[in-house]
Amino acid sequence: MTRLTTGGLIDRTTVLSFSFDGRPYAGHPGDTLASALLANGVHRVATSVNRGRPRGIMAAGVEEASALVQLEAPFPEPMLSATTIELYEGLVARGLPGRGKLADRPDPARYDAIHAHCDVLVVGAGPAGLMAALTAARAGSRVVLVDEQPMVGGSLLGTRGELSDWTATVLAELTSTPEVLVLSRTTAFGYYDDGFVLALQKRTDHLGAAAPDNAARQRIWRLRAKQVILATGAHERPVVFADNDRPGVMLAQAGRTYLNRYGVLAGNRILVFTTNDSAYVAAVELAEAGAEVTVVDPRTDLAPFWAAECARVGIAVRPGHMVTGTTGEERVTGVHLAAYPSGGASATVHCDLLLVSGGWNPTVHLFSQARGKLEYDAELGAFLPVAGLPGAGVVGVRVTGAAAGTVSLAGCLAGGAAEAVAALRDLGVAAQPVAPPPVGTDRVERAGLVLWTVPVEISLDGSDLSDTRFVDLQRDATVGDVLRAAGAGLRSVEHVKRYTTIGTAHDQGKTSGLIASGIMADALGVDMAALGTTTYRPPYASVSFAALAGRDRGAIFDPVRVTAIHSWHIEHGAQFEDVGQWKRPLCYPRRTAFGGLEDLPAAVARETRAARTGVAMLDASTLGKINVQGVDAGEFLDRIYTNIISTLKPGFVRYAVMCGMDGMILDDGTVMRVSDTEFVLTTTTGNAAKVLDWLEEFAQTEWPDLRVHLTSVTEQWATIPVVGPLSRQVIAAVAPALDVSNEAFGFMTWRSAEIAGIEARICRISFSGELAYEVNVPSWYGIAVWQAVFDAGQPYGITPYGTETMHVLRAEKGYPIIGQDTDGTVTPQDLGMSWVVSKKKLDFVGKRSFSRAENLRPDRKHLVGLLPVDRSVLLAEGAQVIADPDVSQLPVVMLGHVTSSYRSVALGGTFGLALVRSGRDRIGERLFAWQDGEVVPVMVTGPVLYDEEGARRDG
Amino acid sequence: MTAEHVSPSKLLRPLSPLDGWQAAFDALPNVVAVTEIAFMAQLNLRVDPSGPAAGAVAKVLGSALPTQPCSSTRSGEYQLLWLGPDEWLILAPEGAGPELETALREAIGGEPGAVTDVSAQRTTLALSGCASRELLAKGCSIDLHPKVSPMGTCVQTLVAQTGIIIVARDETASDFLLVVRASFAQYFAAWLIDAGVELTGAC
Amino acid sequence: MQLISCPWCGPREEAEYHYGGQAHVAYPHDVGAMSDADWADYLFFRDNPRGPFAERWVHAAGCRRWFNAVRDTGTHEVLAVYRIGEPQPELGTQASR
Ligand SMILES: [Zn+2]
Repeated sequence: MTRLTTGGLIDRTTVLSFSFDGRPYAGHPGDTLASALLANGVHRVATSVNRGRPRGIMAAGVEEASALVQLEAPFPEPMLSATTIELYEGLVARGLPGRGKLADRPDPARYDAIHAHCDVLVVGAGPAGLMAALTAARAGSRVVLVDEQPMVGGSLLGTRGELSDWTATVLAELTSTPEVLVLSRTTAFGYYDDGFVLALQKRTDHLGAAAPDNAARQRIWRLRAKQVILATGAHERPVVFADNDRPGVMLAQAGRTYLNRYGVLAGNRILVFTTNDSAYVAAVELAEAGAEVTVVDPRTDLAPFWAAECARVGIAVRPGHMVTGTTGEERVTGVHLAAYPSGGASATVHCDLLLVSGGWNPTVHLFSQARGKLEYDAELGAFLPVAGLPGAGVVGVRVTGAAAGTVSLAGCLAGGAAEAVAALRDLGVAAQPVAPPPVGTDRVERAGLVLWTVPVEISLDGSDLSDTRFVDLQRDATVGDVLRAAGAGLRSVEHVKRYTTIGTAHDQGKTSGLIASGIMADALGVDMAALGTTTYRPPYASVSFAALAGRDRGAIFDPVRVTAIHSWHIEHGAQFEDVGQWKRPLCYPRRTAFGGLEDLPAAVARETRAARTGVAMLDASTLGKINVQGVDAGEFLDRIYTNIISTLKPGFVRYAVMCGMDGMILDDGTVMRVSDTEFVLTTTTGNAAKVLDWLEEFAQTEWPDLRVHLTSVTEQWATIPVVGPLSRQVIAAVAPALDVSNEAFGFMTWRSAEIAGIEARICRISFSGELAYEVNVPSWYGIAVWQAVFDAGQPYGITPYGTETMHVLRAEKGYPIIGQDTDGTVTPQDLGMSWVVSKKKLDFVGKRSFSRAENLRPDRKHLVGLLPVDRSVLLAEGAQVIADPDVSQLPVVMLGHVTSSYRSVALGGTFGLALVRSGRDRIGERLFAWQDGEVVPVMVTGPVLYDEEGARRDG
Repeated sequence: MTAEHVSPSKLLRPLSPLDGWQAAFDALPNVVAVTEIAFMAQLNLRVDPSGPAAGAVAKVLGSALPTQPCSSTRSGEYQLLWLGPDEWLILAPEGAGPELETALREAIGGEPGAVTDVSAQRTTLALSGCASRELLAKGCSIDLHPKVSPMGTCVQTLVAQTGIIIVARDETASDFLLVVRASFAQYFAAWLIDAGVELTGAC
Repeated sequence: MQLISCPWCGPREEAEYHYGGQAHVAYPHDVGAMSDADWADYLFFRDNPRGPFAERWVHAAGCRRWFNAVRDTGTHEVLAVYRIGEPQPELGTQASR
């Protein structure tokens, strides 16, 4: 066992059992899966994706590039880093060979999202972040502090409890301050515009099967901050050498963290290979914990303090040396050493843990995502946020602590407070920096050596395919791959990234990206500053699609709009279709004599027959409706529609078409004149919002002098067309006070009348060609009036019908559906509706375009009817219409396409509408529709196939 | 989503968009309370706030129209909600619509303006309880903190992809009026109830 | 999620707005007298600069008002918003409300 008996932030009084790769293990609360595995002596965790090499745990946090696992219980989740999984009772995991496997069943967990607003958002609860948050909190600001760990402290968590009393005090103060929100287990993964930061909170992951059902397992915080302070710390980076990927090769700070935070001594014979002073504290602490430690440092001028400390605890130090390779299989067993930089005097030293430190990469991801500029610091070997230069920083975004390149603890504490003061000053708040806790002298005495890889023969051809000097462990990408990229002529780090895939894995190259750039710079002999870095993009850490989807799934995925009559449709067995966001009855299948349900063709045949021969009713409430008021309302509508509206008298209704500036049909509908100064117009169901925006744009921007106001009344009115030769009797029955005769109530007029005691507006308009009355009532009464009409229609066999029947009825009459029979390239003239285009009006939207040469071409596509020669063949909507049935001659000349196609009882077979080039000149011609690999002969007809003379509309 | 069974006895009565939903609202944790205020009279009013009609309208309403964007005022039984620089939604008690519409149209007279009865266009929900703001924050991007959105604030925005009017009705941001389009009401109610699943215990 | 300031309602998320194309393209006076080429020029051609660009936007999910905005097409930064009828602010000035 490598678990120490004391020390760390784990609860040894509680034992958590878990399983890894099929074997049972035990750990404690406070462990990660990685620390628990190490505590059980398990170093090999995964297998590399391409080369099948054993891989272990190389870090103690989100930067882990190697230890990928798949969780199996309580719910399968692939591609997780063992270093970021908090241990829980019953955890089942297995190591991955690079790729995971998605669950084959729905995830039962809840996920959600929530918005939060603050004056100051602090990302990172390390020393700098805590000071920043505390300073802002004491100033009375609204503060959000997010941190990815389950407890605050940041880098302090990897120490021997340094400042632990202080962090506890700060946390207590923050959590008890009103308007301060501390979010732990929360990773800010993206900076977007205007202080908008997305953060993923893992809320119940650590509870395993004990997670409550009603709590969202993960939550996306949509944080909107006036000021953002990034105290995101730094990630240690390794140095590359041969066989640097063996289990047991770990970052130095990770080795220290496993010791101090988790009470795990990850090795007994430890070799620390460092290019800088920061790893010495790890070496000393591990030695004091009982390990035999050797330090290898390529530098020759060692810091006196650390030399003395090493001597004190018995650490052998090999200055002027480097690690050139390792031995071992499942775990490192030894290290090859050589003099630096010559490579001479090589030797092999036994060890069971190799800790490596090549320096630190400030975590500048969010700053860079905010378009903050980065500058290469040759001394640190890292890109740092540029601060204080005009235009270099980002308004409202500050970086502090190790993320800003600050090395000392005292500097981080002071910096955090200072940045908070500066941020508050920008908000107009005068604040004092809180006093930092006392800390010891910082022990970084000598500059680090920037070393990306131990010296090797630089060969641009990178021909050694057995290269084991791994730059990106997760992608199995090596120094040789980088050199091959350079040899192939690539000069941009972005290209090298794509060529080698370095930095494209789940860890996004947190430890490898900069090294790849460094190797590239060395190989090309260019300055690192000039080479730059690859672009940092969200997400900073992996975010599951389930979390991103949140509650936008299942029944509440997208708004479902229903009419006031919806519950009646459900009760009467309607089959629904989606029309935009609306649910509309498609048809109302009845029980058949055999106990089954009618299929769609049978239901539609019955419903259309009722409308053509008896009486039927439709819920048309989804039609868009716009109230237009004002003394200039008529003038306004004259300018919008192609036909004249201002001459319409109160009590009358007119069909009208509106076009875009280009003369193409935008929408159609009816216009009802209520009074001299008031109209109600309808739009197609899907276009209601678009048309209102369109009208408002003209009213507000082009013609602000017109006194006209537009108000949506779509849901104010329930709309019920009562259709068919017997509709007059039904309306007479429900509206006894209304004279329903054709003489008193003619086509294209409307009347106010009471239906079942409810004030209604009834329009004599028809979208079927039949005698029809469109009943409009305030939608509260929609269902009552629907039922009243239904009851009154019983003696006449009234039949509710759905959208499919509506389509058959209108298509038989050649009435186009805007957006189905048109596609934004169709003029009214193309539809054969020149009659709807006023010749008298001086101007209206689109008028000038009708005389453009393109719109006068005789070979434009026209709306025509198509009758299949075999009237049992249903044309496919979208099928191409061609003249020559020999499709072996390429290219086949396309004349147009089928826009609508139905079976018709009234027409005794199938029929369609189509847009066909010069279609009106082809009436009587035989053409072909190409569908399902066959040519279907069709006859071209005019678009009106039923009751061409219009004899039926008055009953 | 539940469909209310329509019994014949109800058919001569109006049916609100959220008829039958109260039981589901009542099942929410007691840190929030949701109630549909059905059948409220709602009139959309358009006048030039600096023109003579605005004064005449104010006499009818007993209060000047609020001209501060995103605000509202109460005047007796009326609530006057700012919807735009020349647009307001007047909320009035059930049944008051036709008379008020006539009075407002008369007040406007020949001046530019419009009055439209939109009582059935939207329905209204009263949302209260100490977790109200948290509940809305699950879909609302607007900061409803009482310092930012004090009592009377009236914003039009999107919550759960649904256009909605939110009126802050108290000083602690725990009492809101939510005015939602009738066709979206059931979806929005389902969304609210789902958003409330996690709310437990006290605030 | 970018914030755009409605000249009436103040900053709101961009999802509340719809885009309306280039601003200050007046509808021509006597369209009947225009040549096909001139009409096509009005109909189909708009500026496409890199940098500040005056555009129409509508606060579709809010107050339904159309307004103008000057947006830097290179950075998406909204440099100014102003109501219909108000003059376009001097470019380069941060005249947003
Ligand atoms: Zn607005």
